[in-house]
Amino acid sequence: MSPDEIRGMAEREREHQAGRSCVLQVCTAAGCQPMQSVEIKTALEAEAKARGIGEHQCQVKSVGCLGLCGSGPLVRREPDGAMYQRVTPGDAPAILDSLGSAPPTHLFLDTRQPFFARQTRIVTANSGRIDPERLEDYLAAGGYATLARVLTEMSPQEVIGEITRSGLRGRGGGGYPTGLKWSTVAKSPGTPKTIICNADEGDPGAFMDRSVLESDPHRMIEGMLIAAYAVGASEGYIYIRAEYPLAIARLKTALRHAERHGLLGNNICGTRFNLRIELRLGAGAFVCGEETALIASIEGNRGTPRPRPPYPAERGLFGHPTLINNVETYANVPSILERGGEWFAGIGTERSKGTKVFALTGSIANTGLIEVPMGITLRDIVFEIGGGVPEGARFKAVQTGGPSGGCIPEQYLNTPVDYESLMSLGSIMGSGGMIIMDDSSSMIDVARYFMEFCMTESCGKCIPCRMGTVEMHELLGRFLNGSAAKADLDLLEDLCEMVKSTSLCGLGQSAPNPVLTTLRYFRPEYDAALAAGGR
Amino acid sequence: MAGRVLTCQIDGQDVSGLEESTILEVAREHHIRIPTLCHVPGLPEAGACRVCLVEVEGAARLLPACVTRIAEGMKVKTESERLLKYRRMTVEMLFAERNHICSVCVSNGHCDLQWLAQTLGVDHIRFPYRYPALPVDSSHARFVADHNRCVLCLRCVRVCGEIEGAHTWDVMGRGADCLVITDLAQPWGESASCTSCGKCVQVCPTGALSEKGKSAGEMAKQRRFLPYLTLMRGGNHV
Repeated sequence: MSPDEIRGMAEREREHQAGRSCVLQVCTAAGCQPMQSVEIKTALEAEAKARGIGEHQCQVKSVGCLGLCGSGPLVRREPDGAMYQRVTPGDAPAILDSLGSAPPTHLFLDTRQPFFARQTRIVTANSGRIDPERLEDYLAAGGYATLARVLTEMSPQEVIGEITRSGLRGRGGGGYPTGLKWSTVAKSPGTPKTIICNADEGDPGAFMDRSVLESDPHRMIEGMLIAAYAVGASEGYIYIRAEYPLAIARLKTALRHAERHGLLGNNICGTRFNLRIELRLGAGAFVCGEETALIASIEGNRGTPRPRPPYPAERGLFGHPTLINNVETYANVPSILERGGEWFAGIGTERSKGTKVFALTGSIANTGLIEVPMGITLRDIVFEIGGGVPEGARFKAVQTGGPSGGCIPEQYLNTPVDYESLMSLGSIMGSGGMIIMDDSSSMIDVARYFMEFCMTESCGKCIPCRMGTVEMHELLGRFLNGSAAKADLDLLEDLCEMVKSTSLCGLGQSAPNPVLTTLRYFRPEYDAALAAGGR
Repeated sequence: MAGRVLTCQIDGQDVSGLEESTILEVAREHHIRIPTLCHVPGLPEAGACRVCLVEVEGAARLLPACVTRIAEGMKVKTESERLLKYRRMTVEMLFAERNHICSVCVSNGHCDLQWLAQTLGVDHIRFPYRYPALPVDSSHARFVADHNRCVLCLRCVRVCGEIEGAHTWDVMGRGADCLVITDLAQPWGESASCTSCGKCVQVCPTGALSEKGKSAGEMAKQRRFLPYLTLMRGGNHV
């Protein structure tokens, strides 16, 4: 499509949408779908038809994640934005009765509560608003207009400059400056260059990338297109875990639509820019989220990491310079190019810019997906947005960063959420999983859970990770069954230090973090276990 | 190979090496000993055993000497209390992982793992032995694979894939369940791709791969073919 065609198609769709007096947006993402949200949508359509309400008056529309998954299935109403919670297919008549007035009390979800009011939505701006399976919807929301402008008006250097100015850092966990990575790939000699999207989200309790792909897949594709133009890549791969069937299906649809409309392939937007994107499904190995292991997996080899350098930017997929970012990083790109790097840099803190999507799970009132500006405190996330732990329990710790992160206790809840602050607490930002634990959780048990995860997910290439995780798991088990001795505690600490310092890749290097942080903040539990065992 | 010569310091000694050389190569040229296990001259590096980790001034992490290239002015420390501690723990873990009983092993006295333990002064193992029940594959006419003695250094995988070009060996499973396998985990004797060249047996650091008919302590490995082959094929590892 030429830039004019993109504009025209968006305009037509917008006019079409403006004609409707009411839209019922039903979440059909993976959170609400198992709760019969597809049936809800069918029931609403049938009810509307029975009442003789045409689609031009009230459209029932399938959308992505509406955020507050714990209260699902959710339905949102346009134009006033009112929301219905815990909807069942039987509620269809009640919902249609309430059009034009407030939702019935048992379905009413207050959208003025902090959970919604305190969010800043960039990556999730279209989530729950557009139909993820319709390109027209994305176009009407302004999609691909930025791509068209970038391709026709900006040089690759200008694009990289804008990303550098924005201060965007990798959202996959490491927090590497995105602009720097892009310029390294752009400068690396060798063709063809490759671009990879890492959608192998594997942290327990994390579902940010899945949600983005299920709710707004074109945003990520547009981000990849802009990135590929900036670094000069012509081959693209999306590596997504096979455990995400819905995200894969929607991504496939989106890729097909983009190809059909000339937004992928040759001469994109009538320019000389070409990009093909292929999907690769991960076979369920956590370590394949590590970039060199991911590349090995795409190449058809066993998914094991290799020592860096050389970094993928220099020698990546099939030996070519390769840019690899995760879903959320790419999803930020269209907005940065649309509104400018300065705008993005105005959000967040000194060294962590923009917003971050978090998945709130565990012992918390509002389970779901949030997008907040960097620098917000953990307390605000847990108690304001998350609504605190359910009644009758007391907050104990929040676990960030998955198996590579750590458990942060109550006294540090006023810490701002940014890369450096979380690291200074012994945890990491990670990809965005946040598990809230109450006083019924044993922190040794939590540490052992994550150690078990790392142990079974270790690829086995290097001995510190292969055996170190087994030994640590065994030692933690001794604390839990009361057979631990003081020497075990010393050995555990030695092991943490050794595995952290000597492992080959990030999985092993960060595997001890849950143990280290629980030792740091919840030492009395370990001491009590020693005393209880009487050794 | 690039012609530029770089100077750096290893253990306080001024040394020089060609650009693109690794810390390990330069150290060995200057008779500075860095212990290794998965490294074999002539094979592509795996960087897997973590025994050759060294401290490099200014680097946040410990770096494997076998794959880290030297840089002008680089200051490397190959020995420190910390490094020794980690190397010992690494070897202890390798011993605890499977069933390494030297006295009955065909490679007793000719074993790289045993030698490593002796040089590092590993005289006891703090980790509980795991004693896994692992198979012994003696289906091949001339060789035996005993997984109880395998340290997963991947030397057999690399020599078979890169030097012999057969790619009979590979790895299956993950973590502690990893096993080296022939073809798609078929008995070695039934492997269609194996050329029976025996290179894997000769590069194996322990008694995991051995020749049939050898008794305890009789399996000394012959590795001289490797530098010869790489030299003849125009490689630069000698």
